[in-house]
Amino acid sequence: MMEITKDMVGERILLLGNEAITRGALEAGIDVVTTYPGTPSSEIADTFSKIAKHATKQDRDPGFYFEYSTNEKVALEIAAATSFAGLRALTCMKHVGLNVASDAFMTYLYLGCKGGHVIVSADDPYCHSSQNEQDNRYFALFGNAPMLEPATPQEAKEMTRLGFELSEKLQIPLLLRTTTRLNHARGPITLEKLQKPRRKGHFERDSSLVAMPNTARVKHSALLKKMKQAEKISEKSPFNTIIHIGKPKNIGIVTSGVSFNYVRETAEVLKLDVKILKIGMTHPLPRMMCENFIKSLNTLVIVEELEPILEQQFKAIAHDIQSDVKIYGKSTGHFSRLYEYTPDIVAEVLSKIFKVKNPFPKPVQPKLELPSRPPTLCPGCPHRATYYAVKKAAPKGTIYPTDIGCYTLGKAPPLETADLLLCMGSNASTACGFAIATNQKIVSFMGDSTFFHSGIPPIVDAVHHNHNCTITVLDNRTTAMTGHQPHPGTEYNGMGRPARLIKVEDVIKGLGILHVEIVDPNNIKETTSAFKRSLEFKGPSVVISKSPCILLELQRKKKSGEEIPVYSIDQEKCKQCKTCISQFGCPAFYFAEDESIHIDGTQCNGCGNCVQICPFEAIYTKEESK
Amino acid sequence: MSDKTNIVLTGVGGQGIITAANILGKASVNAKINVFTSEAHGMAQRGGTVICTVRMGNVSSPLIPSGSADVILSMEPIEALRYITYANKKTKVITDINPIIPFTVAVGGCAYPNLEDVFKEIRSLAELYKIDALKLAKESGHIITKNIVMLGALAATDILPFKSDILLDIILDNVPERYKDINKKAFNSGIRAIKNLKDFLS
Repeated sequence: MMEITKDMVGERILLLGNEAITRGALEAGIDVVTTYPGTPSSEIADTFSKIAKHATKQDRDPGFYFEYSTNEKVALEIAAATSFAGLRALTCMKHVGLNVASDAFMTYLYLGCKGGHVIVSADDPYCHSSQNEQDNRYFALFGNAPMLEPATPQEAKEMTRLGFELSEKLQIPLLLRTTTRLNHARGPITLEKLQKPRRKGHFERDSSLVAMPNTARVKHSALLKKMKQAEKISEKSPFNTIIHIGKPKNIGIVTSGVSFNYVRETAEVLKLDVKILKIGMTHPLPRMMCENFIKSLNTLVIVEELEPILEQQFKAIAHDIQSDVKIYGKSTGHFSRLYEYTPDIVAEVLSKIFKVKNPFPKPVQPKLELPSRPPTLCPGCPHRATYYAVKKAAPKGTIYPTDIGCYTLGKAPPLETADLLLCMGSNASTACGFAIATNQKIVSFMGDSTFFHSGIPPIVDAVHHNHNCTITVLDNRTTAMTGHQPHPGTEYNGMGRPARLIKVEDVIKGLGILHVEIVDPNNIKETTSAFKRSLEFKGPSVVISKSPCILLELQRKKKSGEEIPVYSIDQEKCKQCKTCISQFGCPAFYFAEDESIHIDGTQCNGCGNCVQICPFEAIYTKEESK
Repeated sequence: MSDKTNIVLTGVGGQGIITAANILGKASVNAKINVFTSEAHGMAQRGGTVICTVRMGNVSSPLIPSGSADVILSMEPIEALRYITYANKKTKVITDINPIIPFTVAVGGCAYPNLEDVFKEIRSLAELYKIDALKLAKESGHIITKNIVMLGALAATDILPFKSDILLDIILDNVPERYKDINKKAFNSGIRAIKNLKDFLS
C-alpha cells in the first residue's frame, strides 16, 4: 500500500506540493492523466506513474489511465478528447510546455470541456531548471481560463480537488498555476475520501465542437459569458480570503501563490497592522471583493512574483472606482519583475514602505573565495564520450546547436559543445538556419525523448531543403534529466505495461535521410570516424549515438550482480598530459596537491572510456569491485 | 525558546540531502508539529551544490530568512560556508570534514580553499561542530548512511521540537529490514559524535 493512496479520511501525511496535486486528483476521482515531463512539474505525473506501476505489478487496474505523451500539445489534446467524452482529466507540464500546447489550449477554451479538466502549469521563477522564467498567469488572461494559484501543498491538493468541480460547472478547462517553491515544497496534508473514477465515457455528437469560423464566433461569445459566471464564483471562492494581522485600519496587502507565505510571516515579524487579501482564484478576480478591499484602504501593497498582473488589474479597478489609494508594487520600483521572492526580499521592501526596522540581519557573505559547484555530466555519461569524439572529428569553427536535456551540460569546459539553445527541438531547426547562413560545419545535438517531442519536423525540413548539417540524436534510452521517464523509444510505458518501441533509426530512415550512422559512443575511435564521414557528406546527415544512461546502467548492473569496475592511474606511466581532465573532463579525475592525477574511486562509475583516450595507457582496472 | 525551528541542509547532489529533509518533515508530522520543507530538484541534482530547508512550528513559508537558521547541517565543508548567510552567531553549523572537490577546481584553475581556513571562517560567524561523518558511516556498515549520521548529530543538538526516538523511528520505517541495524548504528554514532564534542567544549 502506498501512503499517497491511503483512504484514511482526516489523517495527516507529509507530501511534496506536486504529490499533493496528485492526491487532489485522486480525491476528485481522476480518470485520465497526460503529461510530458519537465522540472518543476515532473513529480505530479511520476507519482501517478508509480501508483499505476504498483497496480500493474499486482495485476489490477489503478482506476485511471496515465501516459507520458509525446509532447505537451499531444498530452493536452488527448486529455481534451477524454473530457469531451465526459471523463475527468488532468494534464501537467512545466511552464514552457504550455507554449508547446498553446495552439490547442487557446481554441480548447472556446470549445469548453465536459468532464472537469485541470491543466497544471509549473512555472519556474529564477529559472532553477529552465530556459526562461515566463509568467504563465498571462495564459489565463490571454485565453480566458479560470485560474487557481496555491500557496501551500495542502492548498494545492484542495485546489486540484475542487478545480475539477469548478471546471465541470463552468465547462471550461481550468489552469492550476504553480511555481517551483510550491511544487518542491513539502507540507502536511489532511486526507479526504478517495473518489471512484468512471473510467469509460461516451461522446455525444455536437456540431459546435468543430472549431470553424462560424462556430468559433459563437464559442468566443459563450466563453466570455462563462467567465462572467466564473467571476461570480470567484467572489464567493473560499480561496479568496482576507486575513488580519495585528489591528489593521487602512493598510492592505494583496498577494497570491507562495508570496503569501512570505507576506504573512513577514507581517507578523515586523508587527504590522495590516489586512492581507490572499487571492487563490486569480482569474477572474473577484471584482466586488477587490473594490471593497481598495475602498477600505489608503495604502495598498501588491506582492506577486514576476509580472505585475495583479498590480495592473488593481490599478485599473482603483481608477474605475476613483479611489486615491496609494499603490506600491513593481511600478513604484519597490518590487522586482525578476526571479523569485524570498522572506528577505519581502521583509526588506515592507520595512521600507512602512518605515519599520527589518529584524532580519543583513546577509553575511563568506570572505573566502569558494569554487563554484555547477551540475555536470555524471562520470561515465555516454554523452561525454560522444562530445569528445565530435571534438576530435569536427574542424575549428564548427557550430554546435544544442537542445534541452542533461546533454545541455556539454556547454561547460572542457567539452564546450553547446552554442545555441532556444527550446525543445530547436537544435535541428537552428542547424538548418546556420546551414543557410554560413559555410561553417554544423553538428547539432538532441536527446531521444526530445527527438520524439519536437525533433522530427526540423529533420523533415533538412531533408526536403537539403540543408548541409549533421544532426546527432543522443539516444540514452530514457528521459534522463527529469527523472528517467519512458518515451516512445522505450519498450514499456508510464503504467509499467509493455509498449511498442519506436526505433530512432527507423524514423530517420523513413524521413529520407541518406547518410545515417549508428554508433556506440563508448567506442570513441569509431564514433570519431562516423562523425568525420557525416561531416564530409553533402546534405543532411544524422548520427545516432546509442548508449543507455549510466545511472540506468549502474542500476541494471547492481540488480544483476554484474561487477562495476573501478579505474586507477598508474603513476609510473602517467605523463600528466591532462587529456583526461582538460579534454575529456570526467569529474572523477582530480589533481593531488603534488599535481599528480588520480581517479576518485567513489565517483568513478566504471565506463572505462578514459582508457581509450589516455595516450600513455596509464589507466587500468582495479581488481576489486565498487 | 522560539516558536520556530529553522534547519538548513546542504551538500552535494547525491549525498542524500533531500532524503534527510523528507525524514525530518515526516518526523515532525508524526510529532504533530507544523512543518514545511523546500528542496532542490532537476538540473540542480547532477553533482551540483544542493540546499534544502526544513522549518518547524509557527511557520508559513518553507524558506528561511537570512541569519535565521538554528542549524546548518552540511555534508561537505565548503558547502556549509557557501550558505553561511543563513547563520547568526548562535547558529550551530554541523559539518562533515571530508571535502568533495568540485570539478571546476580541476578544469577551471580555481582552488579548493584550505580546510582550516574554511573552519576558521565558519567559527568566526557561528558555532562550529566538525564531525567525520564519512568515517562513522563506514564504521556503521556503509558510506550511504552518512546522511543518517548527520541526522543523529542534528538530534544531539536538542534544537528539534520532538524526541530523537521519533526521528529514528521514521528512519527505520523507510529502510528495508536488513538495513535497519546499520542505520540505527549510524544514527547513534552521530549523536555520540556531537555529545563528545559538547563534553570536550564544556
